Amino acid sequence: MATSAPPAGWRSRLYRLDTKASPYAYIAPFFLVFAAFGLFPLIYTGWLSLHHVELGQSGSGTWVGFDNYTSLWDNQFFWKALRNTFTLGVISTVPQLLMALGLAHLLNYKLRARGFFRVAVLAPYATSIAAAALVFVQLFNPDYGMINQFLGHVGVHDIRWDSSKWPAQIAISAIVTWRWTGYNALIYLAAMQAVPADLYEAAALDGASRWRQFLSVTIPSIRPTIFFTIIVSTIGATQLFGEPLIYGGGVGPTGGTDHQYQTLSLYMYDKGWQVGQLGQASAVAWVMLLILLLIGAAQLLVMRANRRKLGG
Amino acid sequence: MAQLTESVKPADARGRTAPPRTARRRKVRAGGAGKQHNGGPIAYAFLILAALVSLFPLYWTVVAASHTDTDIVTPPTPLLPGSHLIDNLKIVWDQVDMTKALVNSTIVAGTVAISTVLFATLAGFAFAKLEFRGRNALLTIVVATMTVPPQLTVIPLYQIITDAGWVGHLQSVILPSLVAAFGVFFMRQFLSEALPIELVEAARVDGAHSLRIIWHVVFPIARPAMAVLGMLVFVQSWNDFFWPFIALSQQNPTVQVALAGVGSGNHQIDHAVVVCAALVATLPLLLVFAVLGKQIVSGITAGAVKS
Repeated sequence: MATSAPPAGWRSRLYRLDTKASPYAYIAPFFLVFAAFGLFPLIYTGWLSLHHVELGQSGSGTWVGFDNYTSLWDNQFFWKALRNTFTLGVISTVPQLLMALGLAHLLNYKLRARGFFRVAVLAPYATSIAAAALVFVQLFNPDYGMINQFLGHVGVHDIRWDSSKWPAQIAISAIVTWRWTGYNALIYLAAMQAVPADLYEAAALDGASRWRQFLSVTIPSIRPTIFFTIIVSTIGATQLFGEPLIYGGGVGPTGGTDHQYQTLSLYMYDKGWQVGQLGQASAVAWVMLLILLLIGAAQLLVMRANRRKLGG
Repeated sequence: MAQLTESVKPADARGRTAPPRTARRRKVRAGGAGKQHNGGPIAYAFLILAALVSLFPLYWTVVAASHTDTDIVTPPTPLLPGSHLIDNLKIVWDQVDMTKALVNSTIVAGTVAISTVLFATLAGFAFAKLEFRGRNALLTIVVATMTVPPQLTVIPLYQIITDAGWVGHLQSVILPSLVAAFGVFFMRQFLSEALPIELVEAARVDGAHSLRIIWHVVFPIARPAMAVLGMLVFVQSWNDFFWPFIALSQQNPTVQVALAGVGSGNHQIDHAVVVCAALVATLPLLLVFAVLGKQIVSGITAGAVKS
């Protein structure tokens, strides 16, 4: 082996084949899994949305054109679910990311027990959606829950966290916010620690206060990370399912007795697995795809404009 | 074989310190840390508040799980642990087969974690260090697939597993998760910084074929990142809800599916028992967190910084 002179012929050809083909072999598992369980079902969902297909039926059923979409258009609960997905999405991501930024800023100080604080704020991430929702249902119970007891002490009485629309949506977004704020804070923290110190020094020389430095050095420097978390959280928010489902307890996927917190995801499950209309459920899924594409395009535009404005 | 490892070692030592890019970045980072301000009392106050808000629901889970239903539904709500934990645990196990659920979750999350780490390391290595046609375009596709929500795939998947007779069986939740884009991207980020290309080239000059390079060069260097990725994927898979809820049943559930059943079953709901079940489902991960919290924190922050 030590004296192996470069042999001509098949060996070098084999070597070349190895270097050429092996990269594709290494990435093949990912693309095979994605093709089978991601891309194909994604497209086939679109095909199914143009058919009448029932639960338990295999194949695509009978062609109905755009009927599933028009029946969604005429359904008040679809519109309700669309609005709920939007409002829940906003109140479960915007405060969350703002708090995560602030938290990351604090964690970036030189601290005693910094390791403890980091692990502590990440602990909710280890809790599952189901477990967190079950515990929060107890905390938010309108009759005996701790939150209403506490609010009673400060003069706010009897908030119906279950039946009123906004309180229920706030409670559900509290679950989401609780689970993800620490995680996002750590992502911001990592980005903040990569900001070069001389930027701060220059800003301090110019007489910028710490708050000013945060606004004009930290935020612009970690902009890509902020966009990244916005995209990830928005995608997460459009697919909220477990939190409102379990928050509703025995109500099932209607999202409250009056559909007051039914999301599109729950609506889809309701149509597909309760009503048993997989075709209609597929139409809901493709509406979600459309919404995601619109949001993605909007975010891309904002990102471009932002980059141009800052000239970077 | 011996020759391979020998010739690799010096390159390893050289490679890790040599690239100027890494060195510069390290210096910047060290400088940044040196300039950090000390946290004032207000910073500590807010941080303690954040820690309390994060930890209190977990603490109260233990409290509620150790009381009776009556204790919980009569204000004032108990704030200290009670003495009914064992009783509640018994009822949880009477209502659902928690042992089966825990075993199932371990099988699913374990399989998914191992296979994701393996495939993601291979793909991450290819994207980070190998030249091939279409590399950038394919990497963009990988990242883009992260934005496809499961809602867009579950309906055909459900038809597939119905036809295959897999409804209620674990393979229906394992197969679609065998490798995820997040993992590929994570390993690619790690390996493009940590693995010097000279190392790969040196091994290749020694006549090592590519599987050998993977085994003797890539895996040893990727090991810390593989461990972190494995933990992250395990946590994600353990907590996964949407697809398992559809594909599995209460007869053969994962822990999360069992929890959904406890929370909405037909039986008279005992709130202490419900919270106790949530505790059982969360405890394994919290134990992992208590032991490996710091590594998980560093893993999340390492994967976050994007080039």
